[in-house]
Amino acid sequence: MTHKPLSSLCLVTALALVPFASSAQTLRFAAQGDAVTMDPYVVEEVFTSGFLGNVYEGLIRRAPDLSIQPALAESWELLSPTHWRFHLRKDVTFHDGTPFTADDVIYSAERVRAGASDFKNRLAADTEVVAVDDHTVDFITTEPNPILHYTWANWYIMNRDWAEANNIGNADKAAAEESYATLHENGTGPFRVETREPGVKTTLTAYDGWWGKGSVPMNISDVEYTPVPNAATRVAALLSEQLDVVFPISVQDIARIEAAPNAGIKAGPEVRTMYLTMNQWRDTLPGSGLEENPLKDRRVREAIYRAIDIETIHARILRGRATPAALMVAPGVNGYSDTFKRYDYDVERSKELLAEAGYADGFSFTFQCSNNMYVNDEAICLAVSNMLAKVGIDAQANVQAKAQYLEAILAPNMDFGMAMLGTTPASLDSHIALYSLHMCPRADENSAIWAPEDQGQIIAGKSNFGGYCNPEIDRLANEILIETDEDKRNALINEAWTITTEDVAYLPLHQTWAAWGIRDKVDLQIRADNVFDWRYVVMPE
Amino acid sequence: MTPEQRPNLFLRAYDSDAGYKFRRSPLTVLAGLILVLMIGAAMLAPWIAPFDPFDKASIDLFNALIPPAWQSGGDPAFLLGTDDQGRDLFSTILYGTRTSVFVGAISVALAVCAGVTFGLIAGYFGGLVDAVIMRIVDIQMTFPAIMVALLIDGVTRSFMTRDQHSEMAIVVIIIAMALSIWPQVARTVRASTMVEKSREYVLAAQVIGRGSGAILARHILPNVMGPVLVIATINLGVAILGEATLSFLGLGIPAGEPSLGTLIRIGNDFIFSGERWMLIYPGLTLALLVLSVNLLGDWLRDVLDPKLR
Repeated sequence: MTHKPLSSLCLVTALALVPFASSAQTLRFAAQGDAVTMDPYVVEEVFTSGFLGNVYEGLIRRAPDLSIQPALAESWELLSPTHWRFHLRKDVTFHDGTPFTADDVIYSAERVRAGASDFKNRLAADTEVVAVDDHTVDFITTEPNPILHYTWANWYIMNRDWAEANNIGNADKAAAEESYATLHENGTGPFRVETREPGVKTTLTAYDGWWGKGSVPMNISDVEYTPVPNAATRVAALLSEQLDVVFPISVQDIARIEAAPNAGIKAGPEVRTMYLTMNQWRDTLPGSGLEENPLKDRRVREAIYRAIDIETIHARILRGRATPAALMVAPGVNGYSDTFKRYDYDVERSKELLAEAGYADGFSFTFQCSNNMYVNDEAICLAVSNMLAKVGIDAQANVQAKAQYLEAILAPNMDFGMAMLGTTPASLDSHIALYSLHMCPRADENSAIWAPEDQGQIIAGKSNFGGYCNPEIDRLANEILIETDEDKRNALINEAWTITTEDVAYLPLHQTWAAWGIRDKVDLQIRADNVFDWRYVVMPE
Repeated sequence: MTPEQRPNLFLRAYDSDAGYKFRRSPLTVLAGLILVLMIGAAMLAPWIAPFDPFDKASIDLFNALIPPAWQSGGDPAFLLGTDDQGRDLFSTILYGTRTSVFVGAISVALAVCAGVTFGLIAGYFGGLVDAVIMRIVDIQMTFPAIMVALLIDGVTRSFMTRDQHSEMAIVVIIIAMALSIWPQVARTVRASTMVEKSREYVLAAQVIGRGSGAILARHILPNVMGPVLVIATINLGVAILGEATLSFLGLGIPAGEPSLGTLIRIGNDFIFSGERWMLIYPGLTLALLVLSVNLLGDWLRDVLDPKLR
């Protein structure tokens, strides 16, 4: 064997240049868009609150199988049907070192129900929160609520002292009124935010003082999160080992990653239901130029429903990795029933319905779509737009990135004729889907839907941007909330779903399959609600 | 003189110096042929294209992702296959080329108008006018074209509503590309004007009392147009590429309206999944188009540059 000093020198130099930063403990992770904010009460969006779940913690949390686990509360008991007692963990500190006490829960209960908080439905306005001692908190409700804590996995507890010292105030959606909490955090979770450049990169490190150390197999010390909007770029970065975990993987790329020697796929059905929301409350339909709003007419909504060929979208765009949906909740959510069927795809019937409603020549409206929020969202949107053209409806697709898209469709703008969204019921129960998406979004029975002056107070129907309103559903939702008999409760839920399906309140599309691209030898747990819990990540040593 | 006595335009062009140089270079002939074919097909797209990509009702998702006709699974109705929405790729490329050529041609025309005007004024009058115009040109030239385009796009987005912006998207791209090209034209014209203005024929015109405007337009302009023609041709390629880049970045032409850039952007999503025709054919079209334009530009430079004669 000949010895070549020059070439071995080259080799050594080359090896020295190989970045070892990626060795073992740094998790490099990319998704489509960035977390919207670091303030946990500003926007209820799966990725943002899932991301923050690694930094902040709630009284409870969801395990990988979505069952409820104690988190900041060690245990809880029901003293009477309206009186809950939560025993808090005693060894918890916030990232700045302050110990966690009952006062922080009281503060979080105040803040989550104040200002423009997007999580007001976590705790009814008339629920009393009382500190019994430093580590015991009572929740006293006016009506019995058997699932009070089901939605608390992403009601994160914030620190009163930190919040007051930094004057963060109430949650506010307006970007112009950023608070200290928009870019900084002080949670109790396993990771703390080290640097944050919105839209570019966020780095986090493991929090040494985390109370749960040793309870999970986690072995990562740092997390580097980069939003990568382009699907092909994400795949390329995974295959070239620049990233360890990427989400989501477009359905067309799954086979390529499965074939790769250095990466794999974890995939499964999501509990998120994709749906189209139709604007039923505005007097004129955005983008239509008409004097009236055709979508107020049930027949027109059914016509749109029937014009969408879900099976072809399923086969061609989602390549079979989805489940067409007839309901606004997925299998696995309490209250789901497979007795509900989709309205059949029927172009002729759709045209008849439009003619009956007086729109034989069709009409147009603005169709708002995102291109980096959901699996193949842009392609599905354009396909829906093309399908509606066949019955004469000109759905003008406006495809935008997440931030601009959400600004356009959420309150107060709600500038859409139709929009595509997904919903994951936080409690995994039908009630919250009925409560947030189907109840009339108005302050009381006499006020107008989405009246501008009342928007801050709307909690029931807070995500009902289409403005569907049926007083019968309001009544049922309130009954479901306080019904403690499970059979009766499920019968009420079924009744509610029958009415909303008959009303064509929404147009459910499908549950897509979440597909995670994972570098070889990295282990993690995927959750059906798409929350990425970094505590379960095990990197090769 | 009657028309018959005069050799027709084609023959005159054929016998000219330029015509001779053109005939002697097979590459230039090929480039010319390709360009004529592509631009012709693009302009006639509504009549040639088998499908209309703007007619949403004619697009059937059932036809999505069909490979080119000669591959297995191909359909003769879709020569180059279909995209993820079931649009015929051949038709969208024709329409896309039309958009790209349109954007390129208009932005170059605008840039030439502005560049020639300011170049003539700066070169002829000199002094303070010259200094001001040339400093603006210098500043403009320090910004790369794409950056100027991104800047304009961002600024217009901030004060227009979304609907207005998507309607204005083409105009924004045209203005952006024109802004990044005009300084080159202005510089060249200024240099030529400074040479020409001390020539005898200009002095003669001044002596007989013609106004500055008339001298610039009638006497100097025709003599500085040669280099402008070369710059314009080469920048046509730059403008087409610029449009494609902006659309690829998602800032240009809105989704659903084909331009070569948006087609390449969509195709890029399928680069790992085997449906490569969605990327290859629009990409090839863009490459051929820009290459042909550049080859013709080179030929024009050789013909018009007196030093190379």
